[in-house]
Amino acid sequence: MRPDLEIIQNWIEPGSRVLDLGCGDGSLLDFLKTSRSIRDVGLEIDPLNISRCLEFGVNVIEQNLDNGLANFQSNSFDTVLLTQTLQALSNPDLLIEEMLRVGKNGIVTFPNFGNWKSRFYLSTKGRMPVSKFMPYEWYDTPNIHFCTVKDFDALCVGKNIKVLTRTVVDSQHQGNWYMKAWPNFLGEIAIYHITRT
Amino acid sequence: MTDSNSSDSVGLVTPQVLHFDEPLTLRSGKVLPAYDLIVETYGELNADKSNAVLICHALSGDHHAAGYHTTEDQKPGWWDQCIGPGKAIDTNLFHVVSLNNLGGCAGSTGPASINPETEKYYGPDFPVVTVRDWVKSQVALSDRLGIDRWLAVVGGSLGGMQVLRWAISYPERLHHAIAIAAAPKLSAQNIAFNEVARHSITSDPNFYEGHYLEKGTYPKQGLMLARMVGHITYLSDSAMRAKFGKTVADFEGQGNNFGRDLRSGKLSFGFNVDFQVESYLHYQGERFSENFDANTYLLMTKALDYFDPSVDYQGDLSRAFAKSDCKFLLLSFSTDWRFPPERSREIVNSLLKAEKDVSYLEIEADQGHDAFLLPIPRYIDAFSIYLNRAHKEIIANAS
Repeated sequence: MRPDLEIIQNWIEPGSRVLDLGCGDGSLLDFLKTSRSIRDVGLEIDPLNISRCLEFGVNVIEQNLDNGLANFQSNSFDTVLLTQTLQALSNPDLLIEEMLRVGKNGIVTFPNFGNWKSRFYLSTKGRMPVSKFMPYEWYDTPNIHFCTVKDFDALCVGKNIKVLTRTVVDSQHQGNWYMKAWPNFLGEIAIYHITRT
Repeated sequence: MTDSNSSDSVGLVTPQVLHFDEPLTLRSGKVLPAYDLIVETYGELNADKSNAVLICHALSGDHHAAGYHTTEDQKPGWWDQCIGPGKAIDTNLFHVVSLNNLGGCAGSTGPASINPETEKYYGPDFPVVTVRDWVKSQVALSDRLGIDRWLAVVGGSLGGMQVLRWAISYPERLHHAIAIAAAPKLSAQNIAFNEVARHSITSDPNFYEGHYLEKGTYPKQGLMLARMVGHITYLSDSAMRAKFGKTVADFEGQGNNFGRDLRSGKLSFGFNVDFQVESYLHYQGERFSENFDANTYLLMTKALDYFDPSVDYQGDLSRAFAKSDCKFLLLSFSTDWRFPPERSREIVNSLLKAEKDVSYLEIEADQGHDAFLLPIPRYIDAFSIYLNRAHKEIIANAS
């Protein structure tokens, strides 16, 4: 199993109600339905992804996250997921607040722009980093709000959000002790388990 | 000759009339002592009767949803785009049941039927029926057919409202509720359009307080007008521009002509029909008035106006769904201004609040409310994927 999924899975209570913001093709919810018997809702805007969700039998609502979550009741979900979507949002800070209103806890994963590869790319080439993992040019990227592990920590402090667990993995979703020691420098994907204080 | 032999058509179909002797108590308190329902079916019912899909029709629909009645028919049933072998509602997988609702005029008991007690036309004395009453009669039909639980109950527009009623009142009798281009209740604007339609019928001198059949006539002008105004609400502005702006090539380089094609190439400078759109509406109204009963039209629009399942729950629709035990699929169309996407989202939000299984798609389509009858690729694909998945789940559970 992918280590990041293993990590996320362990934070999900069996039988709980889970909302996945930007649920893609529904494979994460499908996985959690099998492994954790969750009750699922996914939000997605890409038509092809939505079709894949229907194929999986995952509940999918066509909804743009940039319009907020006003249609969801407070505390109506146990866990709200935001995996690899944060950086594509217009107002990531507002959505983080919203996800912790709707859910009792949240799980956020994002590409860590503080990773040494990004720093090295920018400092040596003087251009915005492009990699196999982040293949877009600056002008056509859907990722409009990059941040680092330290930036996200600061956001959590500023918004009084409690970080239950913070971990990092590389682009192969593997983690190790030295990544844990220098997360902002070595981690490529940051994984946060957060809740309200 | 039609394409009733085509491989994706259900081909020639024959409706059957089922008689019900069990009295039906209506929402109004009135009782219909006995009634007929006319029904068509497509595809084979499996041994454990678990593959049945019920189709609920909209305002002017009927039981003839797919296929042809004779080889001479020019047009197939009203939802032939979606029902047939390999289509979204795949008759290779499903046993599809389609009926004409009570109060209709296509073979089920309605105002144009003879009242056995008086041996005269029911006419205006036919009781006002509601969505709730229709669904009640559809439950009686299910019992007659031996179908304990529908794999899916499906409908668009007013048909979608019947689907919601099924999920609310008979939760144990369906696995999937599919409501397309529906609304949780009509808005004042919707009711206003219905009232214009009704008034145009009732003010026609040939209406005779609804007793026109006894007089051997019918309110043709009123029905035409009702249909014309209704038809405008089914189309979007962009659909009308496309439909009536075919000579767009003449304007090449100057943009399109906003659907202002002329009927005879020049203005008449009189009060005759100048534009194609006018001629089209006249044609639609004319054709409709020859095939539809005016009292039925009044009944159907009232059923629309009265529909509001939240009324029993202090206006909280989510509480209406509390007992629902099916999965929901809702679909809306971007340019539908009769029941726009926001109306479907109201239903979706109530279902989310009630913590029900629901999926919702907002289909980009230019065709307005009519889109639910048309072959829009994303709509048909999603519909088909959903039902195929549902079929797999039922078969997997059975084996």
